Amino acid sequence: MGDRAGRFGLDMAYLAVEVSGAGRHPDAWRRSGDVLTASYHVELARLAARAGVDFLALADSFAEPADPLPTLDAVAIAARVAPVVPGIGLVPTVTVTHTEPFHISKAIATLDLVSSGRAGWEVAVSRTAAEAELFGRKPAAPPAELWREAAEAVEVVVRLWDSWEDDAVIRDATTGRYIDRDKLHYIDFTGEFFSVKGPSITPRSPQAHPLVVVADEPDSRGVAAAWADVVRIAAPDLSAAHAARTRVRAAVAAAGRDPDDVAVLLDVEALLGAGLDPLEPSSVLVTGDATALVDLMEEAVRGGAADGVTLVPLALPSGMQAIADEIAPRLGWATGPSGSLRERFGLARPANHFAEAGS
Amino acid sequence: MKKQMHLAAHFPGVNNTTVWSDPDSGSQTDFGSFVHFAQTAERGLFDFLFLAEGLRLREHQGKIHDLDVVGRPDTLTVLGAIAAVTTHLGLGGTINTTFNEPYELARQFASLDHLSGGRAAWNLVTSSDAFTGENFRRGGFLRPEQRYDRAQEILDAARSLWLSDREPVRHRSEQFSFSGRFSLPPTPQGHPVLIQSGDSDAGREFGAETADAIFSRHGSLESGQAFYQDLKGRMPRHGRRPEEIAILPATTFALGDTPEEAEENGHRIRTAQVGPQTAIAFLEQVWGRDLSAYDPDGPLPDVDPDPGAEITRGRVRHDKDPLAVAERWRELARSKGGLSIRELVIETTARQSFVGTPKQVALQMDADVQAEASDGFILVPHLVPGGLDEFVATVIPELQDLGSYRTEYTGPTLRDHLGLARPSLTGSSRATG
Repeated sequence: MGDRAGRFGLDMAYLAVEVSGAGRHPDAWRRSGDVLTASYHVELARLAARAGVDFLALADSFAEPADPLPTLDAVAIAARVAPVVPGIGLVPTVTVTHTEPFHISKAIATLDLVSSGRAGWEVAVSRTAAEAELFGRKPAAPPAELWREAAEAVEVVVRLWDSWEDDAVIRDATTGRYIDRDKLHYIDFTGEFFSVKGPSITPRSPQAHPLVVVADEPDSRGVAAAWADVVRIAAPDLSAAHAARTRVRAAVAAAGRDPDDVAVLLDVEALLGAGLDPLEPSSVLVTGDATALVDLMEEAVRGGAADGVTLVPLALPSGMQAIADEIAPRLGWATGPSGSLRERFGLARPANHFAEAGS
Repeated sequence: MKKQMHLAAHFPGVNNTTVWSDPDSGSQTDFGSFVHFAQTAERGLFDFLFLAEGLRLREHQGKIHDLDVVGRPDTLTVLGAIAAVTTHLGLGGTINTTFNEPYELARQFASLDHLSGGRAAWNLVTSSDAFTGENFRRGGFLRPEQRYDRAQEILDAARSLWLSDREPVRHRSEQFSFSGRFSLPPTPQGHPVLIQSGDSDAGREFGAETADAIFSRHGSLESGQAFYQDLKGRMPRHGRRPEEIAILPATTFALGDTPEEAEENGHRIRTAQVGPQTAIAFLEQVWGRDLSAYDPDGPLPDVDPDPGAEITRGRVRHDKDPLAVAERWRELARSKGGLSIRELVIETTARQSFVGTPKQVALQMDADVQAEASDGFILVPHLVPGGLDEFVATVIPELQDLGSYRTEYTGPTLRDHLGLARPSLTGSSRATG
């Protein structure tokens, strides 16, 4: 992780940026570009890649946003950006409540393929009655139930990622076999909410397991502890963030995993260079001054409140421009490290669940 | 002006048309293979790239079929990425509707259309098999007669969302009931181009009513003309003009510098497509029995097919009467002087649609189009990623010389390439004129 040295003089300090339409501020849409065009998203990603950002968190939801802007499918944005913007992770949010884990698994694996190993997936649930009505299959459910279902969906997605061993394609002309079918595995998942047979139709991807991201909340903590590579936390100040990170790490340890394998990123809302009115923040908020933002990030990381931050620009694309022009140069590294997104997070390519099981 | 030909490029898929054993065969799943194939098609001024889909790996005798290419990436995600490395090429794919809701699919396709500047196309299919359903919570067994009902309902629902201009939509039909506001305005094409591939009476009727393009199985001149006439003849009943649909049969080809060389190349490809094990597996599909003890270079089995057995799952079975097929094949083998199993399978399954020099192939293709056997073709090469290279380098210029193929793209969207109007906001599916 030599690339990483220099970020606050620490070995590890991660920087993600959330992209949500024109930004999270309800008035930001009035000054945004055309969020429906590919060039809007490509330009944002280029700015972020130039700034050394580890990944873009491409927000998405079936719920109507607070502003009147249209919203595109986040996987579609990531796929469109991936081939032309190297050097940055792409982490779309995909909800699991009304969708099929089989589809999610192959979509994210394919994003990993077209980005040469830079894909991730932020797991989210659909809470509202309005979202349920867009599908009309089942009513909205309470968060505890939604995340119980999400736990099954994530398990299915990850098992499908492993349902092909890396060397399953053999192209053996002598026997006429394209694959060694002993290296493909039925996942035979049966749960409370659904069952899925497998294997995936898509071979194992470059990272094998694209980076799994979960936003921390009481009901999501079990999923985060079991499956997340990155946990996003929101907190009003650094001492609350410290407590949240401690809780997450304890949950990860209780799930039998090494807490150091899970990066906890603090959401930092940033109102930079946009001239919008401040608003009631949903996490730590920094307004106006790049120096203050960098100081806060450093304090958060050095003080153990977070392993890095997810900057949430309240206005885009101005916020991203500010990150590239003002924040990145003060963080002490010029260009982002190469390699897979997992490698950026110091994570090994995982062993195959089914190969290990010897089945 | 001569009637113009439309061309689509089918990425070689998971059946034995694709020859993976060729030394020139590259990765079936690396993104670079898709880039090469798509950029070649765009260099050849093709209307669109086409990706097929299958949501459960095929099984043969209860095991995953391992003789053909297995595995492919997610269709929508690949098309989205290909949009980044092409500028005009249409981006079409099969997406099954049985394991999705309309809102999600409508949004995914609208997103692709926006992000590609109006190049998306959807081959909307429904499957009714519980075998594939085991991969989905929607599980779902659909009675075969419900397939087109579901397709019609999902299409009506998708169209109401696409063209809603973000006004609230309320949809009630037999299989779907939903309400809400679509997250996107009408796309650069109004909505994506719609492709249909059904061949039954219900499938043809659905295509005549709703499709912008038809992916047809009728490649020969005679059957092509019959299908063409039948399908276009159905359109006026739905208030549509025949030119509002492009009928495109799936087409294979073999090229050579001389006619003899083309024949040789064709035979070489066919032989590679039907390896010894593949020949036996083909026979087992019809016979419904384990025939692994038979010699692929020996005669057909004396034992008769088991008409009740279903030995292969996850692929469409076109022959409904195995006993009759077996009898036909035995007769053919006899009449050709005693064909072996492998020779018989090569003879019956793998003949290319067009074989010849580039000029000959261009003339044959043009003749079919001018004779209203089709409006063009969906080319299915046998090789990844270079299967279109020679065709684009040699046949395309011949087609252009014949005056029946474009020399440049005349607009940015797939509807422009196909000569289709943008669907109107207020009208129904049919009001595309």
